[in-house]
Order: sequence, then structure tokens, then C-alpha cells
Amino acid sequence: MALSIDSPKMESQNLSAFYGGSRAIQDINLQFPDRKVTAIIGPSGCGKSTLIRCLNRLHETIGKARVEGKVLLDGEDLYELDATLVRRRVGMVFQKPNPFATMSIYNNVSAPLRFNSHPSREVMDETVVRSLKHAALWDEVKDRVDSAATSLSGGQQQRLCIARALAADPEVLLMDEPCSALDPIATAKIEDLISQLKKDYTVIIVTHNMQQAARVSDFTAFLYLGKLVEFGPTVDIFERPKEHLTESYITGRFG
Amino acid sequence: MNFDRSVRRKVFSRGMTVLTGLAIVAIMVPLVAVIYETLLLGGADLNLGLFTNGLPYPCSPQPGVTCQQGGLVVPITGTIELIALSSLVAVPIGIGAAIFSVEYGRESPFARIVGLVSDVLAGVPSIVAGAFIYALVLLYDPSIVFSTISGSLALAVLMVPIVARTCEEALRTVPNSVREAALALGISRWKATLRITLVSALPGIVTGVLLAVARSAGEAAPLLLLLGNACTHPLQGLNQEGCALPLFIYQGATAPNANYIALAWAAALLLLGLILVLSVISRLTLNRMAKRMRGG
Repeated sequence: MALSIDSPKMESQNLSAFYGGSRAIQDINLQFPDRKVTAIIGPSGCGKSTLIRCLNRLHETIGKARVEGKVLLDGEDLYELDATLVRRRVGMVFQKPNPFATMSIYNNVSAPLRFNSHPSREVMDETVVRSLKHAALWDEVKDRVDSAATSLSGGQQQRLCIARALAADPEVLLMDEPCSALDPIATAKIEDLISQLKKDYTVIIVTHNMQQAARVSDFTAFLYLGKLVEFGPTVDIFERPKEHLTESYITGRFG
Repeated sequence: MNFDRSVRRKVFSRGMTVLTGLAIVAIMVPLVAVIYETLLLGGADLNLGLFTNGLPYPCSPQPGVTCQQGGLVVPITGTIELIALSSLVAVPIGIGAAIFSVEYGRESPFARIVGLVSDVLAGVPSIVAGAFIYALVLLYDPSIVFSTISGSLALAVLMVPIVARTCEEALRTVPNSVREAALALGISRWKATLRITLVSALPGIVTGVLLAVARSAGEAAPLLLLLGNACTHPLQGLNQEGCALPLFIYQGATAPNANYIALAWAAALLLLGLILVLSVISRLTLNRMAKRMRGG
């Protein structure tokens, strides 16, 4: 539990989040190491998604939602910075692929550039290609970047969403159960991609799939009923958990 | 016993099918009759001259007298001006109200009040809207009380709730995941709203605007009150008295002269055609949107 990481990329301090009067997470203290994959696991409703939605200040966009505590990014409290600027540094991929249905593949990936920084056409072309390559989608779409984003399969759409998030040039990438709407083959592709991405990005992934957490992550945090139960290197969590609750969960006794 | 029941059930089922079928016929008959009658009486005089000529001298055929047919260029232009001007006022206000109540107000009590207000406004009788604008314009500038401008304002009052309500519906059909996707990319709220959410809702918004235009294009009551009567004049400025198709239908149909009555039917046909076309286009855009939302 009291694992300490040198110079974490992100860190939550006594983080609590509320929906109106009900508290979804309580006093979470977590450190997310730089350029590693950290998995957040736990049963449905334990606050995993709420937690990562606090890390890019998306939680507060819901009416009556509220956050207490701090989230540090490179030592700076996110909640004292401009929310839109925070979200450019902390990208997010959602549970269900959510490409902009009215836009082409190209325009989806270039959206963060077109709406935020308005670079030249060359820079934009270059970023789109790089992001699509980075998201392992380029080879499949290079001949049809102008066709509708909705013409892609579910797995391709999710990689498109990853490419779109990367095009904003984030430092951290949040993934909220990115494979739960995908078939096993598409899931395997995304998992491969995650291990590539950690070379350049700090990845934080929420998953209800423990095998997935074991496969892709370097560190794992186990949440239960809105509280952090245990945090440590993934091998430790899965092979020698310190908490009885963690052991019960990963051996499938509940959840 | 069993046999009886199944027979009764079948008879009942058939009976109900026939009754509901009759209801359809009861709806269709007036529509078809109106279109048929209008085509019959208005179609005869349908020619290009309708769009280029002004109203003729009032005249009924007698031995030794040939009547001019004349045309509807003044009422047609008037209707176009009224539609353009009233849309210019009503569309931004309606869309703005919808954006506020769906995108920004969300759960606030004020947004609910806006919704309630637009419902009540939608139920305001058109003549009351006309009287309201009459009083308002009178305060502002008595010289333009009877003008295309004040007619347009009254029509705008009728259009705003239609645009607002249909836009709200259209914005609500845009999944929340689209808004979150935009926000999560660090796109600011207003840019996300204007350039992503609104664009996604565009077919629904177009539908709403077309329905509102169809409603106001056929409206006569506030125009009888506010437009004055310049149907026989050549075209005048927007701050002068004007003319419109519904207004001319009223005048033409009640005139004693054969050529005016015939022109009134032609005007009715044009108006009916315009409204049918608008309704069909708006229905088609809505279908296309529904198809896209299903991912087709």
C-alpha cells in the first residue's frame, strides 16, 4: 500500500469525487510512474472510471459532480490549471469507440489540431500520419483517410480514437476499459499497442479484465467500494498480494 | 367453446383492422381532396407568367372583353421576403435557446423554464402574436406598423418555439460520448458545441427550420393585421406595406372578379406545393439522420 515511486508523472492526493451527495471515491493516494502502464482494477461500481475521469478533469463536466483533493501532473495541481489545457496534456480513450460520426478518418485525427492550434497543412498531414502509425492503424486506412470514420470496424474505430488522442500530443494517456466493447482479436491488437505506447506515454488503464491487467500493466491499483485497497508492481499484486481482499478478488471469489 | 372463442377473436381482430383502416382513410380524404381541388382549379392557370407578372386589372369575362390573367410576382416575392426576414430573426434565437437549455443549462431550473416558455409560446394563437407585434412596433416606430418588417417579426414569434423545440430534440440525439470525446481532446466547450455537437445535430436542425418556415409561410392572420395591403402595387421596401401568398389568397378568393379568383387558386396551389415540398424535405433529412445515428 505505501509504495513510493520516485518522481511520478501523476499523483493523486486525498482525492475524493462526488456525484451530488454520494461519494464515488474516497481519499485516493496513488502515484503513476512515468512511461509505465498502470492498471486500475476492481469490481463494477468501485469508482475506477470516476478515478480516471478526475485525472483529466472530465468528472466535473457532469452536473453536480465535484472533486476534493489534489491531482499532480509533474508536481503541478491540475485543479489549479486551465481545464482545457489539462486535457490536452492528459488524453483519454473511452469504453465505447466514439469517433466523430460526421467526420472523415483524417478529420477525426486532425480534430485536436484543427480546433486547438491551427497548424499548417503540412504539419497537420504529418501529425495525422504519425498518429495513425502510432496507433497501428495507418496500414489499414492509408488508402481511404477521407472516408467516414463510421465505416471502420469497432476495433479500428477504437484505434482511430487512440490516434486522435495521440494527435493532441499528450503526456499521459487514460484508457477507460478500452477493450470492453471489442472482440478478442481487436483486443489483442489494442493490448500490443499499449505496450508500444508506454515507450512515449504514461498510460493509465481501467479494466475489469484481470488477465488484461496482468498482461499489459507494470503497476496495478486495486479499488474496492471507492477506496484504494492495494497498489504495487503488477507481479506483486497478482502473485503475492498483501491484502486479503485483493487476493479474494484476483482469485475470483467476488467481483 | 374453444372454436367459438377463436372465431370471435378473429372477427374482433378483422373488425378493428377495418376500423383503424377507416381512420387512415378519414385522414387521407381531406388531404387528397384539398390537393385535388387545388390542382384542378389552380393548375389550369399555372404558367411562367405567374412568376413574372403583377396583378391584373380586376375583370370578369364578358362578351367583347378579354381579361388579363396577370401574375403573382408581388405576393411570391413578399412571401420570400417574409420567410427570409423572419428566419433571420427566429433561427438564431431558436438555436441559441436550444443550445442553452441542452448544452449549458442541462439540469438547471432556468433551462426547464426556457422549455416551458417555448411550449407556451408554441401555443400562442397567431393573431395574438400579431397583436403583440402591432403594439410593440407601434411603440417603436408607428410608421412601420403595417410593413413587411412587422409581419416578419410576428412570423418570427411563431417560428421561434418550433425551431427551439426541434433543435433541442436534435441536440439531445447527439450522444454524450461525442461531447466527452471533444472535451477530452482539450477542445473548449463552446467550440465543441458549435463545431462538433451542433454539426452532428444539423439534419435535425434543418428539419426544425423547414417545419418552422412551412408553418409561417402559410400563416395569414398576423399578416392580415400587419402587412397592410400592397398586393396591387409594384414591389416596395421592407418598411412599406407588403403582400404575401396567404394574404392574396384571402383577397383574391373574396374578390368579385373571375381573374382574381382564378389567381387565388393558383396562389393556393403554389403555397400548398411549397409547404408539401418543405415537409417532404424535412422528413427526408430526418430519416437520413435516423439512419446515420443507427450507424447506416
